[in-house]
Amino acid sequence: MKAYLIDSVFFGAVISLAAYEAGLLIKRKFKLAILNPLLIATVCVMAVLILLKMEYRQYNEGAKYISYLLTPATVCLAIPLYQQLELLRKNLIAVAGGITAGVLASLVSVFLLSKLFSLTHEQYVTLLPKSITTAIGMGVSEELGGISTITVAVIIVTGILGNVIAEFVCKIFRIEEPIAKGLALGTASHAIGTAKAMELGKVEGAMSSLAIAVAGLMTVVGASVFANLM
Amino acid sequence: MKYLRQFCIILFVSFLGELLHILIPLPIPASVYGLVLMLFALCTGILKLTQVKETADFLIEIMPVMFIPAAVGLLDSWSALQPIWLPVIVITILTTIIVMAVTGQVTQFMIRKEYHKKGTKGKTKNESISD
Repeated sequence: MKAYLIDSVFFGAVISLAAYEAGLLIKRKFKLAILNPLLIATVCVMAVLILLKMEYRQYNEGAKYISYLLTPATVCLAIPLYQQLELLRKNLIAVAGGITAGVLASLVSVFLLSKLFSLTHEQYVTLLPKSITTAIGMGVSEELGGISTITVAVIIVTGILGNVIAEFVCKIFRIEEPIAKGLALGTASHAIGTAKAMELGKVEGAMSSLAIAVAGLMTVVGASVFANLM
Repeated sequence: MKYLRQFCIILFVSFLGELLHILIPLPIPASVYGLVLMLFALCTGILKLTQVKETADFLIEIMPVMFIPAAVGLLDSWSALQPIWLPVIVITILTTIIVMAVTGQVTQFMIRKEYHKKGTKGKTKNESISD
């Protein structure tokens, strides 16, 4: 039985999709922010792999076809952005200011907290690109001499966390403008946050998509400056 | 056929993004180049919205699912993460909240200031929704 599962090229994809369905179902039933479908699905799949003593590599034989769609899907984020271009033009200064402030806040807070925990330079630069999209963050981490596997892990945790806490944070800090919500999500938790922003609304989604690209590029420059501080 | 053609266009733009990623020695992923190219194509009219819309909407809708394999991959990075997991978790939680709050607050402040200057009173929220 187990051999069939390990050799299957569909098993990884099937349990991923089924786990997400289960996540949606549970979310609909209990309506709690912490019961995020992505979070539930991830935990479920991990549990299945551990129970079956299956390696990630074997799971990924099927699951990689799901990841394959990530680049085309990110490319598609241009569409909601295009539809909100007029709104972007009208609020260009606020948008630029907001993302810049967010990127600086990210770099400064990682720097101060790394100092507080007396992390090594290697650990510090590993965490610097934590808020930006995986592909850019991984490159930045490598470039600066960080451990890119940890960077990827932290980026994903940041994304899921942002996705889960977004509505709560916006409520606490009284962030009500759709543009501000979208930028906050995209700048703090990249594409996984953007998935949440898309659920909140069209404007939120478009602004969040924009923030992925802009915050990512700003961090490439900013992180190389901040890397010299510690 | 419509969906197949739309998917083909989206994959082609992704492919162009991949080419740029290979040709330009910067740590910018193919997807970000592709996003910019797609936006450029739509703005200049090379592509019409109707040529990509439905398939794009579908891909965006199912996007969270695409992060599951990467997230499950945390299983494999656990050994690397283990020695410093506590500071990493604390830093991750705090900075995520800080960045979200700062970005949102600064943007909101600037939007409201701008509207105030122009003399339009409040209600920017409703206006942007109807947009």
